[in-house]
Amino acid sequence: MIAELSGMLDYAFMQRALVGGVAIALMTGLLGVFVVQRGLAFLGDGLAHASFGGIALGALVAYGAAGSGVLSQPLWVALPFTLTAALAIAWVRDRTELSSDTAIGVFFAVSVALGVLFLSRIPPDRNVVDVWHLLFGSILAVGPGDLTIIVVTSALVTGLLAAAWGRLAYATFDAELAASDGVPVRALDYALFAVAAVAVVVSAQVVGIVLMAAYLVIPAAAARLLARTLAAMTFGAIAIGTTTTVAGLVISFFADVPSGSAIILLQAAVFLVATIVGRR
Amino acid sequence: MDATPTPTPTSTPTSTPALRMRHVTVRRGDVEILRDIDLELGERRFLAIIGPNGAGKSTMVKVLLGLVAPDRGEATVFGRAAGSDPVRVGYVPQLKTFDRSFPATALELVVSGIRRAWPGRVRRHEHDAACEALERVGAERLTDRPLARLSGGELQRAYLARALVRRPDLVILDEPATGVDFLAEHDLNRLLEGYQRDADATVVMVTHDLAAARHHASDVLVLNRVVIGFGPPERALSGDCLERAYGHVGHGHGLVVP
Repeated sequence: MIAELSGMLDYAFMQRALVGGVAIALMTGLLGVFVVQRGLAFLGDGLAHASFGGIALGALVAYGAAGSGVLSQPLWVALPFTLTAALAIAWVRDRTELSSDTAIGVFFAVSVALGVLFLSRIPPDRNVVDVWHLLFGSILAVGPGDLTIIVVTSALVTGLLAAAWGRLAYATFDAELAASDGVPVRALDYALFAVAAVAVVVSAQVVGIVLMAAYLVIPAAAARLLARTLAAMTFGAIAIGTTTTVAGLVISFFADVPSGSAIILLQAAVFLVATIVGRR
Repeated sequence: MDATPTPTPTSTPTSTPALRMRHVTVRRGDVEILRDIDLELGERRFLAIIGPNGAGKSTMVKVLLGLVAPDRGEATVFGRAAGSDPVRVGYVPQLKTFDRSFPATALELVVSGIRRAWPGRVRRHEHDAACEALERVGAERLTDRPLARLSGGELQRAYLARALVRRPDLVILDEPATGVDFLAEHDLNRLLEGYQRDADATVVMVTHDLAAARHHASDVLVLNRVVIGFGPPERALSGDCLERAYGHVGHGHGLVVP
């Protein structure tokens, strides 16, 4: 078994999948705690679909720029596009009586419509975006360039969230109480949405929208069922996310099943067990 | 309606009042929630704010906490703009604002009052200070209990411990007795008086309980968007003031008439 596992690690694509997957699990686990506790489970999906609009626009720009410079990479257009959508969602929430889900739903629909519109302007043979890949992705297809972007993004997102954890958690517990103690609640709201946008765009482009949305919600939700403090929930979410990533990749390697499905189904299994054995 | 604020003289005329409002007006859309509030409260006083639902009581609390900026006028706490000195203020919110799905223990809630952030790992000295505060409010056995399992009265004690743990000079409570049984409410007022004496603190409490206002407060503010009456309980709680605040006394306003 040891020999087989080390044989698995001989493959460079497997090494990249492991490192990239763990990096994504780390930042989405930390982020997921706030997504779940603030009732924003829909945010991951919404932002991922916003990133679809952004990536489609990026592809259109890349087609227009005929493959020169940074514009040939749809990510660099998708990033500001999704960031704008995230801040717009936060702004609509802030300025109106509408709930988060409603605000997200509006931008979700608009972004997908824009994405389809942008892609329709590109001749199929010149299109650099594979919609199927964007939806379902493949963690096994993480290239060396992707890996660098994932690891750097994960380090940034994890660092920022860890630094703001105490104040973010306080504002999540009770925004008014936190504000009365001088916590910049509104600024933190916008910052959380911005950080989520960056994490979602980068993860979704690599592992696909479906797997990314799972990472953002399932580990944190399972950890919530097992933990009695927010700190324990945070460590639990990261632990569940990273171990299911590694285990899912091992299973997919030996059992020849799609890696994304293996990871999500493992997370779902942990969630199920947590539901049964959890407190209350 | 003629507002006739009657500022209470502070014990020493030169000392800074604990709180002061000058012509404070707060609007929401076209509605004036508070209009031209003038108020001055000396240190070490116990102020009860009473008034019908929608009278602007909670808004006044938010102004004092610096959460709502007046559209006109200014509010100061210990001589500085309201909200600029949170360490000196302990706030006990209405229980209904609390999200029961949040995984937390009573101890963590109290430590948040020390740290002004949510604690990840509780440090030794924070643990000791929090336990002492819980003990002070008779809730030492709640320390490691999840908040979601606490009754209304227990939660209120935990919130009170959270407010008192930083030894504030001003304690602000927004309808702390709502949803709490009579005995616990009696305890609360006794605890507040005890703390006020020990720490030379000022207390501001929004309440529906006229009996509590009469027995525990040194000053009473009768509010209905404007100041209807302000002064010692026997004066502010006169039938005339209540009549003007509530229309008619004791019928369907959730009032507890002494």
